[in-house]
Amino acid sequence: MTLRELAIRYGFLVLLFGLIAYFAVSADGFASPQSAVFIFQSVAITGILALGVTATLVVGGFDLSIGSVATSAMMAAAYVMVVLEQNAVVAVAACLLIGVIVGLINGFLIVYMRVPDLLATLGMMFLLVGLQRIPTEGRSIATGMTMPDGSVATGKFSANFLALGRHRFDFFIDNLLPASVVVLLVLALLIWFFLEYTRFGRMMYAVGSNPRAAELAGAPVKAYKIWAYVISGVFASIGGILLAARLGRGDIASGNNLLLDSVAAALIGFAVLGASKPNAFGTAIGALFVGVLLQGLTMMNAPYYTQDFVKGAVLVVALVFTFALSHRGKA
Amino acid sequence: MVENAVFRVEGLRKSFGRIEVLGGVSLDLHAGEVTVLMGANGAGKSTLVKVISGVYARGGGAMKLGGKDFAPATPAEAMRAGVVTVHQNINDGVVADLDVATNLTLDRLSGSGAPAFFNPRRVRREAKIVADRMGLAIDLKSRINDLSLADRQMVAIARAMAHEPKVLILDEPTSSLSSAEASRLFALIDRLRAHGVAILYISHRMSDIRRLADRIVSMRDGKISGVFEEKPLDYEGAVNAMLGRRIHLDRIVVNEAAKTVLAVDGLRIAEGARTISLTLGAGEVVAITGLVGVGKTALAETLFGARASLAGTMALNGRPYAPVTPGDAIAAGVFLVAKDRGENGIVQDFNIYENISLPFLKRLSGLGVLNRGVERATARRQIGELGIVCRTERDEMGTLSGGNQQKVMVARWMSQPANLFILDEPFQGVDISARRDIAAKLRASSGGRATLIFVTELDEALETADRVLVMSEHTIVGEHRNADIDMDRLLAEVAGQPLRGAA
Repeated sequence: MTLRELAIRYGFLVLLFGLIAYFAVSADGFASPQSAVFIFQSVAITGILALGVTATLVVGGFDLSIGSVATSAMMAAAYVMVVLEQNAVVAVAACLLIGVIVGLINGFLIVYMRVPDLLATLGMMFLLVGLQRIPTEGRSIATGMTMPDGSVATGKFSANFLALGRHRFDFFIDNLLPASVVVLLVLALLIWFFLEYTRFGRMMYAVGSNPRAAELAGAPVKAYKIWAYVISGVFASIGGILLAARLGRGDIASGNNLLLDSVAAALIGFAVLGASKPNAFGTAIGALFVGVLLQGLTMMNAPYYTQDFVKGAVLVVALVFTFALSHRGKA
Repeated sequence: MVENAVFRVEGLRKSFGRIEVLGGVSLDLHAGEVTVLMGANGAGKSTLVKVISGVYARGGGAMKLGGKDFAPATPAEAMRAGVVTVHQNINDGVVADLDVATNLTLDRLSGSGAPAFFNPRRVRREAKIVADRMGLAIDLKSRINDLSLADRQMVAIARAMAHEPKVLILDEPTSSLSSAEASRLFALIDRLRAHGVAILYISHRMSDIRRLADRIVSMRDGKISGVFEEKPLDYEGAVNAMLGRRIHLDRIVVNEAAKTVLAVDGLRIAEGARTISLTLGAGEVVAITGLVGVGKTALAETLFGARASLAGTMALNGRPYAPVTPGDAIAAGVFLVAKDRGENGIVQDFNIYENISLPFLKRLSGLGVLNRGVERATARRQIGELGIVCRTERDEMGTLSGGNQQKVMVARWMSQPANLFILDEPFQGVDISARRDIAAKLRASSGGRATLIFVTELDEALETADRVLVMSEHTIVGEHRNADIDMDRLLAEVAGQPLRGAA
């Protein structure tokens, strides 16, 4: 293996470990289980969204609506519990349903209406950003809020639902592992196994690389594409559930960075292990990378506004790794 | 004749790497004459056109325009010198989002001396002059997007003619036109011929060629294989020169078919075409030959469920067979090695074994989970069977030569037993030894299934098949047992001659 191949394959992992080592030495308290868990928790929601968008990247598409699906799910969960006074199960079911429906509509627009993926999901993004504010006329949802008709919403977030965002499992140390991190790890394992080890995942990669060849190999190409958007929508809605559970209210101002952070994680994932293609493991590492970087910078008292700059720089470097250094990027 | 040649090409050579595509081509074009250039895929026609039009630099030889040396470095230079090319893809010749007037004067928007500001009124005035000269009856304000293919073609040609060229090259201009649209194009070509333009017309369509040709030049394997200019033109001779009739080294032993595998009855694959009926038997290899554009791929895709037929029924092993998708066909044991492997076959991001297992993932997995061990074992077996040159079954496709890539495509579909095995142009872009390997493998493994190959090159059909069927105008016009073939009759059928005794 030449130096160049080694750089392509392991460069990003080396960078990640180097970063961790650097912060461990120079930032007090970085190298502790609590700090590690905090990093995981901070990337849980963007990581889940990134895993979903990875599915659409695999079939050669893109989903810009994930951020707004997540915030729509968050608002829906709050609305169901606070205004409609339903329990946690109904709230979760409503969120997942939103994810499925949005995914189906995205898929339908792209596959049957032939709208380019970026435009279809961009349109869906604007639509959802507006839609989620209509029921409350633009107000955030919390217990005791005044509804447009003057009544007061008396429902509240169920304890079970809040546990999704706040409960911590014991893991060697008491109250260490947050539920959201467990959800992230489970979903990451699921989608990784699905993409790498099942025939459906393999066919999705074939669809993304050469749809005509996949079709002539007997694959229902349109169905695979639509499924990818449904996966993306459902993952985004799960992210929205966790967001609602963490905040305990339907906050119209939250979730602004979700889309860009998760897309960055998925694209950084291209560079991990020299894959040069969307992949679940890389996406997870990509999310972790961003998390480590931000946590480290925060602990070193870097001003908040440098964070976006650093994220952007990392993304650009990762894309250079993918497209300039690898041969396959040229094809 | 030779004296008044407007454009001359002498001993033109061009190689890509070690592969020589043009091996010394000489060609004359005369003012006021339509010279038709015929040649099978890969004969070097497109390369010749690209060298003449300045897209490629020539490797050797000379070109003369009106007695002076002609060596364009760019397409624009060739155009300014008076050699204008209308390429096969119509949309390359026009800008779809602009209106007709802007398209007609597009070439004046750039280059030195072009005004910096866009003046719609001047553009329209200049466009009107161009359109009138060409007898173009299209609203100059309509957008190209809203025009039919034929109208776009007219605009592309008119735009080319705005340079008042001495030489006009048309590369398969009718390949996407209906016959009514084509006749408008022919009228235009007649007018240009009368104006004294030397025209090089590249086509496979015999009806076009009969309508237009003053001379025919046949090309084969990068060389001119025949020039026909005595009236009446010898069309059969031209087809023969283009397809070649070399003595084949390994004369095959013709198999007789056992029981019927596929029975096709009254199948119609194009509007207005005559229907197709044929039967294929177990153990026989049948080749369907015919010029480009006679519906070979359409028939292959119809049998494979990738295209809907207009009428007719099919039966496979006695049971009705009506595939709606390729998935149906694969489930029924009907496999297709599609033509243009880069476009229709290879998944570039996949390695060899992933490419081979692609259509059969369902069979190679349990509960949806892939069994990589079986996939790789299957691939290793197929690599051995077909003699694919590679390091391991995990090699990337990009590292393989064209011939080996094609072997992987054949290996893919031979990794599982088939009832009907269809190959569309399996020898395209394949070197001679890979071609021999594939043909030998096809014949050796043909027992128990019906094998159907679609080829343009006659040699390939004669080297591999037990029976040869001839297609013309989207139907089958002839059938030959591959022993003591009446070559004259076969060539006449390929050239689309009215059949003796047929209505």
